Amino acid sequence: MALDEAAAVADTGATEFDAVVIGAGPVGLFAVFELGLVDIKTCVIDILDRPGGQCAELYPEKPIYDIPALPTVTGQELTDRLMEQIKPFGAEFIFSERVDELQRGEDGRFHLKTDAGREIIAKVVVIAAGGGSFTPKRPPLDGIEAYEGKSVFYAVRRMEDLRGKDVLIVGGGDSALDWTLNLAPIANSLTLLHRRDEFRGAPHSVEKMRALVAEGRVRLLIGQVTKLDGADGQLEAVTVKTAGGEERVTANAMLPFFGLTMKLGPVASWGLNLNENLILVDTEKFETSEKGIFAVGDINLYPGKLKLILSGFHEAALMAQAAYKIVHPDKKLLFQYTTSSSSLQKKLGVK
Amino acid sequence: MVKLVFIQPDGDSQTVEAEPGVTVMEAAKLNDIAGIEAECGGACACATCHVYVDADWVEKTGKPEAIEEDMLDFAFDVRPESRLSCQIKVTPALDGLTLRVPAKQF
Ligand SMILES: Cc1cc2nc3c(=O)[nH]c(=O)nc-3n(C[C@H](O)[C@H](O)[C@H](O)COP(=O)(O)OP(=O)(O)OC[C@H]3O[C@@H](n4cnc5c(N)ncnc54)[C@H](O)[C@@H]3O)c2cc1C
Ligand code: FES
Repeated sequence: MALDEAAAVADTGATEFDAVVIGAGPVGLFAVFELGLVDIKTCVIDILDRPGGQCAELYPEKPIYDIPALPTVTGQELTDRLMEQIKPFGAEFIFSERVDELQRGEDGRFHLKTDAGREIIAKVVVIAAGGGSFTPKRPPLDGIEAYEGKSVFYAVRRMEDLRGKDVLIVGGGDSALDWTLNLAPIANSLTLLHRRDEFRGAPHSVEKMRALVAEGRVRLLIGQVTKLDGADGQLEAVTVKTAGGEERVTANAMLPFFGLTMKLGPVASWGLNLNENLILVDTEKFETSEKGIFAVGDINLYPGKLKLILSGFHEAALMAQAAYKIVHPDKKLLFQYTTSSSSLQKKLGVK
Repeated sequence: MVKLVFIQPDGDSQTVEAEPGVTVMEAAKLNDIAGIEAECGGACACATCHVYVDADWVEKTGKPEAIEEDMLDFAFDVRPESRLSCQIKVTPALDGLTLRVPAKQF
């Protein structure tokens, strides 16, 4: 569903929204709900390929015990329920894109640009970026930065770039296995390196990988990289620590797959007042130092802040009241309950 | 209270006291042990609380469970005595437990 919706945006070419929510974590999702109740149409952007933020990426199967009225709910269930709850508001979702630029235009509205070059204009911006955008983990090997983007890659953008190369894939999950299967036919040689002879990836991928190893088309090596060798960003070989000692493996392309971690990323360059990577907000509107830009959830900081989902939900509710005044400056907002307001119920599609 | 000894890569050692029932990671964080990051707060979801259990203690602390073993795939320089410190519960039997902090967390 998520990807279809993203495609819909591209099709209609719609680039103007009342509000853009940066981050589809639980708090960003609930912000869509609160904004929707006050007639603000939103677009949600996340670098991940699906909603849920930390809940979906870091602990989908783990139970959360402190969501009011849900004695226990897993990270994925919470995400699914939020998606269901916000469905009536028809938010546009853009996944697998990172918001890189955020500026106020001459018209007073905000202009955003993603890493895919997409441009979006909005009257208000809600930063729900949590711990930052999810980025691949960098192995702490000396000098690895110099190779990144030249011969060390954390994602494959164009398979053709790896044709004829001596490829080293490191990791034991689905990404490592999938790329092993995809690249084996076009690489000059392919070595899959993992610290143990057990893989977390899907069993059928493991089987296929083992078949390639049996045919001699992939080399499976059990060990860990300790050193990179090369010059001018071009990798030549790596040193691998194995059970038997050390081995030098020739490789001119390395793909390390060690999962994702959260990095603040572009948020830091948007000119907002920060304190140790967190955006300072007031506790009335959860507005940042820039009028019209709000910050909710794990990314914000104020006296007494707790990084809890429940707190983020509260922040979203108050933020929406303030956002309303910017998006609908001429209208007066009437405080209403979803239980009794027929207009709210109409918006929710229950009446 | 149970005594825990943390040895840094440079050989520096620190002894802390921990209440039985807390995890080794929590004891480390409460005592500001350098090199234990514990980004996920003990949910076995980050591997940045990686430690090496001293050879004499490996038997007493036991083997990692499957989910910890999976998570260790995300740690750097994993060895047979590697554990995620958030998955080791402090018990009176672990009095004197000695742990080495790795040079790098991922
Ligand atoms: C293991 C674990 C257990 C937890 N247990 C609990 C619990 O029991 N109870 C509780 O209340 N909380 C718990 N938390 C904390 C809770 O998950 C967070 O408070 C919550 O996820 C914060 O939600 P959020 O929407 O603010 O941000 P996040 O969930 O961090 O989502 C932010 C999203 O923004 C995206 N993003 C950031 N920058 C950009 C950008 N520039 N462009 C595009 N996308 C961007 C990120 O990719 C991410 O998907 C736990 C956390 C962890 C890790
Ligand atoms: S604290 Fe994250 S795995 Fe131990």
